[in-house]
Parts: sequence; structure tokens; C-alpha cells
Amino acid sequence: MSTTTGNRHGSAVVTLPSDTEILITRQFDAPSALVFKAITTPELVKRWWGFDTSVWKVCDIDLEVGGSWRYVIGEGDEEVAFHGVYREIDAPHRIVSTEAFEGLVAMGITDDPDSVASLNTVTLDEVDGVTTMSTLVQHVTKEHRDGHINSGMEGGMQVSFDRLEDLVTNAAA
Amino acid sequence: MARSATTTDAFNAVAEASRRELLDAIGDGEVTVGELVDRLGLSQPQVSKHLGVLRAVGLVLVRADGRRRWYRVNGAALKPIHDWARSFERTWNTRLDQLDDLLAELRSNQPQPPTPQPTNTETEHRS
Repeated sequence: MSTTTGNRHGSAVVTLPSDTEILITRQFDAPSALVFKAITTPELVKRWWGFDTSVWKVCDIDLEVGGSWRYVIGEGDEEVAFHGVYREIDAPHRIVSTEAFEGLVAMGITDDPDSVASLNTVTLDEVDGVTTMSTLVQHVTKEHRDGHINSGMEGGMQVSFDRLEDLVTNAAA
Repeated sequence: MARSATTTDAFNAVAEASRRELLDAIGDGEVTVGELVDRLGLSQPQVSKHLGVLRAVGLVLVRADGRRRWYRVNGAALKPIHDWARSFERTWNTRLDQLDDLLAELRSNQPQPPTPQPTNTETEHRS
């Protein structure tokens, strides 16, 4: 069927441009129009966004500026839900949207996940049939960042990978 | 909401920016409190307080040399954070590998990409 499936598996690169940002970069052997379609069409999003164990409950995409999106997947007995609003849409090059994790309420971090939603910018750059997808996750406020840290999660993200790599490597030496 | 104590584990200890800056300032060297005060522009009590938290979770080790105390970063204690950060990268890799496979499938189906049509029967007749 396909000819080059899987050649790039495991090649996503995660970096931390600043204290409040996360950047995920990945290349795909496909035109940007196809990548854009795959990340904005519910039937297609359901096939890649979750995990193998995920059971999709909701996958709504209202692809227009001011339109909203909401993904809900079941993981075991729990439901994991995210939603947001599209701020910019420039098919097939760029999408800017907010992303709020609804689980923050149950975690006691906030009563209003939207107030601490991150701003995600997806950029698709096609060169010679290869599309580089960059996902920049920008946390809106330091408070949100620190709120996440309270869950024992994002503390790790604040220290740069490279810095940690160096320190861990030094420790092992 | 109750927050975990800063000395619960390494994650909580580095939740505060000042303590991350302090770790960066120590770097892979060995420094005294006085040197950290100079580098960070914090007061001596502030630096000592942060060092105390970092020492409590094992992120910083101290060595006495006469009247001086030398502080260094304990990289091994950062490993849980490092591992968690790597798991984040693995999560993204899993997700984007699935997108990779989907794109390969869509591309192989072109120029007739799959559409969510309920049926695909050939009932259309042209005259």
C-alpha cells in the first residue's frame, strides 16, 4: 500500500524555548494540505490523537475563527477532556487555538480551565513534499504554569531538557 | 487548594523559579553561599532558604571544608524529572507516529482520499 510508512517514527523533538513554552517539531512525508486535513477532520483526528487504549467519546471541530473544538476520550474508567477556541485559521499553513484541560477542575487547580488555557500555534511548512509540523504551546500566565506544577507534572518541563541531560549525564559519570 | 510542601519531592522543590535559577547558578560546579548571593542578586537568607529546600529533597549536596560549605547539584535527584519529561516526549511521539501512519494511508489512497460517505455503491448511472 504505502511505501515509506514509519520511516520517521520516534522522531518528534520536544524543546522548551522559554519558561512558559513547549515546542514539538515533527516532519511528515506528506503535503501540508493532507496534514492539515488530518488534524482538522474529526474522523481523522480520532485515528491518531489518542492512545491505543483510548475510547473516543467526543470529537467536535468547528473549524472557523471563533469556533470551538472539544475532544473527550475514555481511558479506563476515566474521561479525559480538552477543549478550546480557534483564533486563527490559515489552511493549510497555520492554526492558532486555545487548549484547556478540563481535568484541572477535578485536580483542584482551577474552577475555570479556560482562564488558564494555553495558546497553541500549529505551523505546517511544506518543502519538497515534506511537511514540518511545529506545535508551540504557550502558557498564558506564570500562575497557570505554577498551578500545573502543583500537580507534580510541569515542574519537569520548566527545566530545559538539555540542562537536565547534562546534569544527569554528569551524575552518571 | 492545598499545595504539596516544597520539600515533598524534586518536582515541588523546583516548582519555584528562584530555585531553578539557583540550580542553574550552581551548574556543574561547586559554589559557596556567598558566590550564589553575588550571582543571583538575592539576599543571603533567601539563598540559604532555597538551598535548604533543595538539600531536603537531595537536589543539592553540601561539603564542609573548614569553615566553608560548598554546594553542588546532585544530578541523580533530577532523574525523576528528566524521566517524566522524556515520557512527555514519548507521548508526543506515539501520537505523531499514528498521524504519520494515517498520512501514509491517506496519501496511498489519493487522488481519492477517503470521505465519510455512508455507502460506496455504484448505483449512479449516466445516460
